[in-house]
Amino acid sequence: MPLRELNSALHALTAGSNDTEFKVINPRGSHAVAVGVDAPVSVQIKGSVGYYCAGMNDGGAITVHGSAGPGVAENMMSGTVIIEGDASQYAGATGRGGLLVIKGNAASRCGISMKGIDIVVHGSIGHMSAFMGQSGHLVVLGDAGDALGDSLYEAKLFVRGTVKSLGSDCIEKEMRAEHLAKLSEILQRAGITGVRPEEFKRYGSARKLYNFNIDNAEAY
Amino acid sequence: MCGIVGLFLKDRSLEPQLGALLSEMLITMTDRGPDSAGIAIYGSPESGRAKVTIQSASPKADFDGLDRDLGKAGVPATVKVKSTHAVIEVDSLRLDDVRLVLSEIRPNVRVMGSGDSIEIYKETGLPKDVVSRFDVRAMSGSHGIGHTRMATESAVTTLGAHPFSTGADQCLVHNGSLSNHNNLRRVLVREGMSFETQNDSEVAAAYLTSKMADGNDLGEALKSALDDLDGFFTFVVGTKSGFGVVRDPIACKPAVMAETDQYVAFGSEYRALVNLPGIENARVWEPEPATVYFWEHDKAA
Repeated sequence: MPLRELNSALHALTAGSNDTEFKVINPRGSHAVAVGVDAPVSVQIKGSVGYYCAGMNDGGAITVHGSAGPGVAENMMSGTVIIEGDASQYAGATGRGGLLVIKGNAASRCGISMKGIDIVVHGSIGHMSAFMGQSGHLVVLGDAGDALGDSLYEAKLFVRGTVKSLGSDCIEKEMRAEHLAKLSEILQRAGITGVRPEEFKRYGSARKLYNFNIDNAEAY
Repeated sequence: MCGIVGLFLKDRSLEPQLGALLSEMLITMTDRGPDSAGIAIYGSPESGRAKVTIQSASPKADFDGLDRDLGKAGVPATVKVKSTHAVIEVDSLRLDDVRLVLSEIRPNVRVMGSGDSIEIYKETGLPKDVVSRFDVRAMSGSHGIGHTRMATESAVTTLGAHPFSTGADQCLVHNGSLSNHNNLRRVLVREGMSFETQNDSEVAAAYLTSKMADGNDLGEALKSALDDLDGFFTFVVGTKSGFGVVRDPIACKPAVMAETDQYVAFGSEYRALVNLPGIENARVWEPEPATVYFWEHDKAA
């Protein structure tokens, strides 16, 4: 079945449709599989996919039984995307809502410019992750690469392992009760057991870059 | 954008299929760059013999009677013509002579590459047309690399196509663009290297050749490239017995690798690898930024 027919069939679904289970076999690394889903449908993808899988997902539950190429779940609005393998660069970029779970590792720029999405990575993430993240949560059970949270706004980052380096204006912050509660809720939603929220450190914005500083008034 | 592929065989029983496997990998990458395509194949070296791959804009005029004319000039050789390219086989001690003689008797032919085992074919056009034109599918070999180009840094010409070969049995394909190639070219020219194009990737190839001429192995040369080359790059590099991969620290140019007991494979995307035998059970991973990967055939073999 050509990709366009699959995606058109998914787009044609309306609330109350009887077709709620889709299975994609042998995607063979194809690009743009199940992009633009806007109905509460389940899509099971049996194999690895290329660029932009599950992009703009709004309400679908999409699982990739394999690895995903660059830009998986880019600009997700709501719903769930699960990657059983690894994800390439900029997974969950610009996402506004929903939950992205990556069971392997994610490469560089994971959650870049995130705006409300929750991302859970079982493994480790690459450099420049959560760059300019505005809101939402990035939870990493493994390690983070260089320049985590560079130029961060208000996205909250939780890392259980080591952080190679923090980006500009990103700092470690105190883990308060409300953060532990939120992290616990996200871990539960992602189906993760045997990992305690207390094992994580929280990182966030120092709020020096994006707030106006009166000392810089002369520069304008 | 550009698409690059590479295949390094560990299992010798796959060698007769190298050309066919690599051709399919490259054709799958066509939509990453339709301007020109090229492939380098490392065949089995024959002791005491060397090969020079040449290209001509007027193959009939240049290749007709070329073996005879080389013989007359004192360099006995066999010439195998494939479309716009021809492979000249000579005594390996005469490799330098043949280049010299060629520049006198056939000033218009371009040397694509030379060495004990490398053959290079590249032309403007789509990968499927380029591989059929040179019958690449029928070629056997131990390893090979391929490239399909979306031109950015120099003109769409045969010479601007990849792979670039700047030393015996060496070649490089590049996805990306370098920003300090002009300066580096000046440095390398001062060291005595010569360049055929204004292309940034040719500078990267020549840089590695120069490092290896200083006694570094491929891995060491790639490591110093991380310090000296500025810009975006994913490189796949071949030598007579080796195969290397390196990405710049930003690593925005894509790369996927797969390894089994039978081979190591590289593709700009996973799509390029899906037809390889046993890919379902291969270890598939993305090469890390600023990390050198290289494999070497047993040098004694």
